[in-house]
Amino acid sequence: MCSTSTTTSPEISTLVEKWRGKKGSLIMVLHELQNHYGYVPRDVSLQLSQQLDIPLARIYEVITFYNYFKLDPPGKYTIAICLGTACYLKGAPDLVDEVKNLLDIGEGQTSKDGLFHLDVVRCLGCCGLAPVLSVNGQIYGKVKRSEVMGILSKYKKED
Amino acid sequence: MEKPIIFIKDTSLTGDSSREIQTQLLKVAREKGIEDLQVIRVADLGIYDKGVALKICSLDIIYVNVKLSDAEKIIQTTIKEGTPIEDLLLENQAMQTRIVLRNCGIVDPESIDDYISRSGYASVGKCLFDMTPETVIEEMKKSGLRGRGGAGFPTWMKWNLARGSFGDEKYVICNADEGDPGAYMDRSVLEGDPHSVIEGMIIAGYAIGASKGFAYIRAEYPLAIERVQKAIDQAYEKGLLGKDILGSKFSFDLEIRLGAGAFVCGEETALIASIEGKRGTPKPRPPYPSDRGLWDKPTIINNVETLANIAVIFQKGAEWFATIGTDKSKGTKVFAVTGKVKNSGLVEIAMGTPLRDIVFQISGGCFVPENKMIAVQTGGPSGGVIPEKNFDTPVSYEHLIELGSIMGSGGMIVMDEDDCLVDISKFYLKFCVDESCGKCAPCRIGGYQMLAILEKITAGKGTLEDITSIKRIAQGMQKASLCALGQTAPNPVMSTLRYFESEYLDHIEKKKCRAGKCTKLLKFTIVPEKCKKCRLCVTNCPVNAISGDREKGYTIDQEKCIKCGRCFDVCKFEAIARA
Repeated sequence: MCSTSTTTSPEISTLVEKWRGKKGSLIMVLHELQNHYGYVPRDVSLQLSQQLDIPLARIYEVITFYNYFKLDPPGKYTIAICLGTACYLKGAPDLVDEVKNLLDIGEGQTSKDGLFHLDVVRCLGCCGLAPVLSVNGQIYGKVKRSEVMGILSKYKKED
Repeated sequence: MEKPIIFIKDTSLTGDSSREIQTQLLKVAREKGIEDLQVIRVADLGIYDKGVALKICSLDIIYVNVKLSDAEKIIQTTIKEGTPIEDLLLENQAMQTRIVLRNCGIVDPESIDDYISRSGYASVGKCLFDMTPETVIEEMKKSGLRGRGGAGFPTWMKWNLARGSFGDEKYVICNADEGDPGAYMDRSVLEGDPHSVIEGMIIAGYAIGASKGFAYIRAEYPLAIERVQKAIDQAYEKGLLGKDILGSKFSFDLEIRLGAGAFVCGEETALIASIEGKRGTPKPRPPYPSDRGLWDKPTIINNVETLANIAVIFQKGAEWFATIGTDKSKGTKVFAVTGKVKNSGLVEIAMGTPLRDIVFQISGGCFVPENKMIAVQTGGPSGGVIPEKNFDTPVSYEHLIELGSIMGSGGMIVMDEDDCLVDISKFYLKFCVDESCGKCAPCRIGGYQMLAILEKITAGKGTLEDITSIKRIAQGMQKASLCALGQTAPNPVMSTLRYFESEYLDHIEKKKCRAGKCTKLLKFTIVPEKCKKCRLCVTNCPVNAISGDREKGYTIDQEKCIKCGRCFDVCKFEAIARA
């Protein structure tokens, strides 16, 4: 998927210009790149490294430290299951198990068909609806283990 | 007389009849010739399970359990004549005191004019023109405000240290990297009243002599980021940010920096590293940020809730603020009460309110009415549990520390008898292990080892020596870790050991989990008398551990069983026993 071309794409150039000269802008640049591509592709990091004159290792050091940045393309549908305390108490670990079983993937992985990506997140901020899972931002509250299959098949059908 | 406004909200748990009453109120008002009455349906009044509630803004009173038939009387007596109706008045109205959340749900967060119309930015004017930075700090000292991020360091002292440090540039940072699982106070303030935080930052900047501020916001809060950015843009337009604010010669710039999902970045020095565009690893202190912080310049870092308090202090006076709360803990605290309570939500109480009032009065008690509450957990992964017998303790920094917990940023998780405290401790410790940045060994290795011991205990393989080991590791982590994350990571385990050691002993000696949460200690069996032989469990078992036939009945092979509990969930006849 990633081409290894070293020519700089125009988007990256504009972005770099926007942040050039501002101190400590690397994380903000990475945010914008991830918003654009859905993840941070390696060749983009490479271009960034040349443009900003920062060693690639420095960029990777930051990307791999923070949970938010992804190095692999996400699935078409991102399933985020909340494991905040309220959800944990009300049975969210069961939901994680169920999704893992149904899709045969682990946390942070994408299913083989590229359709679903499973993320376990800290808090979606709707503790009153615990346990909560979201698919591409659509929130499902008070989810029971037996309902997971139904939710997923809805998206499978849509595809 | 000012325009009469009524806020209305149906606080009952079933249905919503606020719309009918709203229509009725407006109808009656028109009949009586009151044309400018506004009845606004709001999302939250901080009251729960009390039928339809009305807040009469002109008199600042609240009516509860309002019926359709009361509309006539309310308009006539209260709105026209201005006298309260005793029968409808809410008792204990002073349960919640809203200072930080004063504007949330009331002002339009995307309109600076709306904020200004409620005395917004008046405090900036007052500080810039009538006060010197020294008197601003003096006023903060009088108010007694302490940091709301967790540790409770006096805010004025932080400011004073930074003011005293020499630097050609100084910085103000707003810590909005709210990462505590189960806490969302900061998010609500940023989304509901972003200008109050900006106002606090401008005043802080003036007090310490900074000309630049950063709002460090968690990337997971897109709406908060959007609203704060909009608020910053509006403030620049009005000349409240930028060069020469309101013509006072004081300049202050503010920009947003995003977090990227690292809990450790809530720690001051790690947060600074993150703003500098580096990995968020903490540094040894001293030097403290007030001396050498962001890019080695004097820096103060204040939490969102702390900053949201500042404008009010200058508006109503430090003396007023100091009358709220206890001796050493002034003002209010916002808690996100979640877990096994009827009404999960944000609660703002004056310091000194007993925990029992928060849990039972404000949040409505246990979710399952027949269950017994056993404890609340405050302070998230750095805090501890407070058992039910201590619920009468007033909430303040000192009292919570005495009980082995901390105020923390404001998460409050209520637990009932269905929760296993060993499991909860494991949950929090796992959180800290996942989030440990790995820089220092006590936190990285200690946390991992302690978690392994807890895994062992909850799997029924624990021994009594394990408890001693946990205590030794905890001591090592508390004493030798570089930052607060490692130092406080053992707190949940230590405090559950302090109050609920018997639960640990049950897991170790009797191989039993009282709440049935530690599934590896469970045994699933089929009760022949209840079994209808529907085979639902057989088809659902992922490891084919259930065998038999319709004549002889079914049994679970304990060797094969992985204790996933699916048979228990799917059985419609309660024929699976879990013990």
